[in-house]
Amino acid sequence: MPYIQLEDHLPGITGLLEYRQDTAAPIRDLTQFLLRGQNSLTEGERELIATVVSNGNECRFCTAAHSAAADLLLGEYNTSEKVKQNISTAPVNDKMKALLTIALQTQQSGKSVTEKSITDAKQAGATDAELHDTVLIAALFCLYNRYVDGLSTVTPTDPEFYRGLADRIVNRGYIRPPQGFDYLKKKEFSKV
Amino acid sequence: MAHISVPEGVPGIRSLVMFRPESGQHLYALAQILLRGDSPLTEAERELIAAYVSSRNNCMFCMSSHAAAARYLFKDKKQIVDIVLDNYERAPISDKLKALLTIAGKVQQSGKSVLPEDVLMARNHGANDRDIHDTVLIAATFSMFNRYVDGLASLTPTDPAAYEEMGKRLGENGYVLPKAT
Repeated sequence: MPYIQLEDHLPGITGLLEYRQDTAAPIRDLTQFLLRGQNSLTEGERELIATVVSNGNECRFCTAAHSAAADLLLGEYNTSEKVKQNISTAPVNDKMKALLTIALQTQQSGKSVTEKSITDAKQAGATDAELHDTVLIAALFCLYNRYVDGLSTVTPTDPEFYRGLADRIVNRGYIRPPQGFDYLKKKEFSKV
Repeated sequence: MAHISVPEGVPGIRSLVMFRPESGQHLYALAQILLRGDSPLTEAERELIAAYVSSRNNCMFCMSSHAAAARYLFKDKKQIVDIVLDNYERAPISDKLKALLTIAGKVQQSGKSVLPEDVLMARNHGANDRDIHDTVLIAATFSMFNRYVDGLASLTPTDPAAYEEMGKRLGENGYVLPKAT
């Protein structure tokens, strides 16, 4: 049960973002820009960064949600699974391996990012903007993971829930729908 | 030197948001609403939580600038800030704020470290849902800012006078996105 009173039909992060909408707005805007905005990294690659960081923080809700989003964007289930197990052997290019390594170092601490990992990424073709966005996405998910677990929000166990959530964040993005989330109270949407 | 080509001589997060104002505007908007907007916690208390979390993350830039902002906002009680950073259990602050700092310190480690008894302790000392929510979100937000600032190795001034000036600016004007040069 969450530590504060949140709406029952909104597990995980959504209930928190609805609880305090004025702080939620810039968090949503930042996420929309970083994960869906114009970028030389694909949306799938950026969701993989969110996935490895959330997995490193052992945040089950965020890991499941962003794995499902990456799967939907990449059209397969293999890559998100493999990057969580071992970045160096995962089926991603060398630049992504280097960026995912930096993301995991950021997840540990800002000070854990090494000169070597930055050099490796640049040698594999990473631009300054890609390095910036990788570190900021990793840092942002350190916020989300702590927000979600620090207030003990509900983590649904049905995989179907995360497929529905992935459909929402892939096809509608991270901005709050103008009509809110009351439609999720309807039975056909609440399979949790 | 920073890991990416940010404006030279500009310290900390300012250099990063000047590099990428498209994300920077949202980061500054979040800091302004969270630390200056509506909350049951005072601005000084919120800056104190920010400084405490940054101190635990060893982020010298964020710790020094938010400690300076907290000192500015606590005015004649500014000695509270350094006592809290040394050992908050000994600081002349309310039991409620001590319990909230305990929660903030747990969030700094991991969201999962916050236990029901930590929340119960805060409630027993008078904390409500919003106190607890805002404390967790401030601690989580600074877990982001600290990683952003140090993960890209942005410039950290060593002169205490530089931070005193920042603290005054943050106390008087809040969080205003710096103009790109």
